[in-house]
Amino acid sequence: MEPIRIAEQLQGEFQASIFGINEHRGQVTLLVDRNVIVKIISFLKKDHKMNHLSCLCGVDNKKRKAAYRERFEVVYQLYSIENRTSLRLKAQIPESDQTIDSITSLWTGANWLERETYDLLGIVFNNHPNLKRILTPEGWEGHPLLKEYKLRGDVEWKGFEELKKKAVQLRQFDFHNAPTAEEAGSDE
Amino acid sequence: MNETATLDIPVSQGDEDRYRLKLGPQHPATHGVLRVDLELDGETILDCDPQVGYLHRGFEKLAEHRTYAQNLVLTDRLDYIAAMANNVGYCEAVEKLLAIEVPERAKFLRVMVCEMSRLTGHLLWLATHALDIGAMTVFLYCFREREVLLELFAELCGARLTTTYTRLGGVRQDVTHEIMMKLDTFVDDFPACIEEYETLIDTNRIWLKRTIGVGQISGEKAVDLCLTGASLRGSGVDYDIRKHMPYAAYDQMDFEIPLGETGDTYARYRCRMEEMRQSNYILRQCIEKMPPGPIVCDDAPDLVMPVKPGRKVEVDTSARNGLIKLIEDRDVYMEGDIYVATEVPKGELGFYFISDGMGRPYRMHIRSPSFIHIGALATMGKGVMVADLIAIIGTLDVVLGECDR
Amino acid sequence: MGKINNDLVQIEEGISFIPGASAIVAPLNKLINWGRAGSIWPATFGLACCAIEMMVAGAATNDLDRFGIIFRASPRQADCLILAGTITKKMAPVVRRVYDQMPEPRYVIAMGSCACTGGVFDTYAVVQGADEFLPVDVYIPGCPPRPEALMEGLIKLQEKIMQEQGRWSQFA
Repeated sequence: MEPIRIAEQLQGEFQASIFGINEHRGQVTLLVDRNVIVKIISFLKKDHKMNHLSCLCGVDNKKRKAAYRERFEVVYQLYSIENRTSLRLKAQIPESDQTIDSITSLWTGANWLERETYDLLGIVFNNHPNLKRILTPEGWEGHPLLKEYKLRGDVEWKGFEELKKKAVQLRQFDFHNAPTAEEAGSDE
Repeated sequence: MNETATLDIPVSQGDEDRYRLKLGPQHPATHGVLRVDLELDGETILDCDPQVGYLHRGFEKLAEHRTYAQNLVLTDRLDYIAAMANNVGYCEAVEKLLAIEVPERAKFLRVMVCEMSRLTGHLLWLATHALDIGAMTVFLYCFREREVLLELFAELCGARLTTTYTRLGGVRQDVTHEIMMKLDTFVDDFPACIEEYETLIDTNRIWLKRTIGVGQISGEKAVDLCLTGASLRGSGVDYDIRKHMPYAAYDQMDFEIPLGETGDTYARYRCRMEEMRQSNYILRQCIEKMPPGPIVCDDAPDLVMPVKPGRKVEVDTSARNGLIKLIEDRDVYMEGDIYVATEVPKGELGFYFISDGMGRPYRMHIRSPSFIHIGALATMGKGVMVADLIAIIGTLDVVLGECDR
Repeated sequence: MGKINNDLVQIEEGISFIPGASAIVAPLNKLINWGRAGSIWPATFGLACCAIEMMVAGAATNDLDRFGIIFRASPRQADCLILAGTITKKMAPVVRRVYDQMPEPRYVIAMGSCACTGGVFDTYAVVQGADEFLPVDVYIPGCPPRPEALMEGLIKLQEKIMQEQGRWSQFA
């Protein structure tokens, strides 16, 4: 079945939970309500054999020039290995309540993708088995992919500050790199 | 009793035999900076928790601050073992987003470099995988052939690993006659080399014992874990993007997708070896069918020197040290998003772009196969021996640069 | 006795050979430095892209073994740390720990642009140069440097070792 037909069928099935359908360069995208995301995806997985989760990521719409519905989006790219059709879903997430249901019950592989989205954008996935930071170290402040987060970071990670201090302390044990009196004085 | 009381980690009742081991990040067998936290009972793994992020460089954030053409260099550093395939994947995605048509010769050149990089990727995989399992000689043999390919890359574009060979709208340089002659010799010789590797390990009892039945996953489970590439095809699932959504000139190539049956480490090994033969066959076709013509399309919004004079390029001195500003009045810079996947040696490499009409991506997400494969390690590593875990890491063929981005 | 002195054969600057006695007279510095420079054992520690070129340097084509350079898996047996690749902030404490585990004398080679300066990755997650937290002896530019460049870096390190004075006793 053509992706656009599947989209229309979904609209008939889920009515008000589908906010819109658009097509760009032959790829069909559905804007959906976050509350029914697990239902929609399991419907697609069962009835349309969309058994491969190609991509899952979050988007921060804050600085988008075009009109957008909610600040955050989680994008699901689904593919059917058997029927060779693909479909993209965009779940809308308001800034006031950054949560969405996890789809780890449908794909075990979604586990890490959701953790990554949480780590980089701060979107919380309900019922996730192990939702913690994955790419950034423990004790990291902020979520790097938010639009207000600066490229070089807002605050230095405290683990790195500690490391730099430790490096200066340990220099006294080195054979030839011991700090000069000047340097040692400036640190104190 | 006194001795147990002094242990740092509290051990719960009945778990006295358990042992916690942190494998990595500095470990020779983890292919980079992967760390795996293990809970062991003797030598059996009860719980396996891979930790990544030790090579997280902030690609996706950095990409939002650079133009489409500038981001191309970042893709080299994703999967640095097969940089060409990443370049092609990125360009295919951006070209589809901006609706740029690539000339026929460039398409063939892309297929050619893609398959060359598939060979380098698979050769490195075989070298390290065999090295981890204890077959040192294979490492030296594989690097011998890999070196030939890398030197061809260097001749083609000046760099061995970080190539940046493709351009939006084509490729950077045309192949010379010498390169084609050298590649021709390589393609002639390579099948004999594959046989040579196979004689080293195929009849080796240790190799067979350490691969057959290790890390076995069914096709259903592999799809559930979102595996792609040879890791998925080893379980018998026929999913190769070169066939499913042909890009570049793959629709004009004749090749087969090798499938495994058993889904264990040995099946994946066989799959990849067969893939090398197919790649070699595709290279042969590239050499024979290479069409003449231009290698860059005329309206490429890129840093390539203009083919035709009069292309509008203005230098924006105010913003960023005289970077060439992309022409923003083109209708291609329109609002929209796109997901394009390509088949790299590791699996499905997808780029998801959102464009909001500027010269730079509003959001770029990279669907990296290695990230998902390491995620699958948590499931695959449970209940096996520690030594088998090393074999499983090897067979999943992960690159941490691509995983952490 | 004075006759022996006259017969000393100068082999190299500061090193003499006593004929008939099968003996060499040289400063201890020279002897120790010569031994060290001829057996640099780097820790196998690949961080990113450069690690692949480091592997190539160790493989058959370039063969680092002929310089007495043998890769050791444990930092406790190594005396040289080749920082081959991008050092992220998450990785930096680990790199430092590996360095701290190495016995003196220890040397650090920053291989590639990322380890030298942070390279193209001027982002929140990347350390802008390994020298922020480690004393670096040799910097090798390139992204990534060719295996030949790594070899030159190692030869530069050998030259540096040869010029050291008394790095074997605090009383020297």
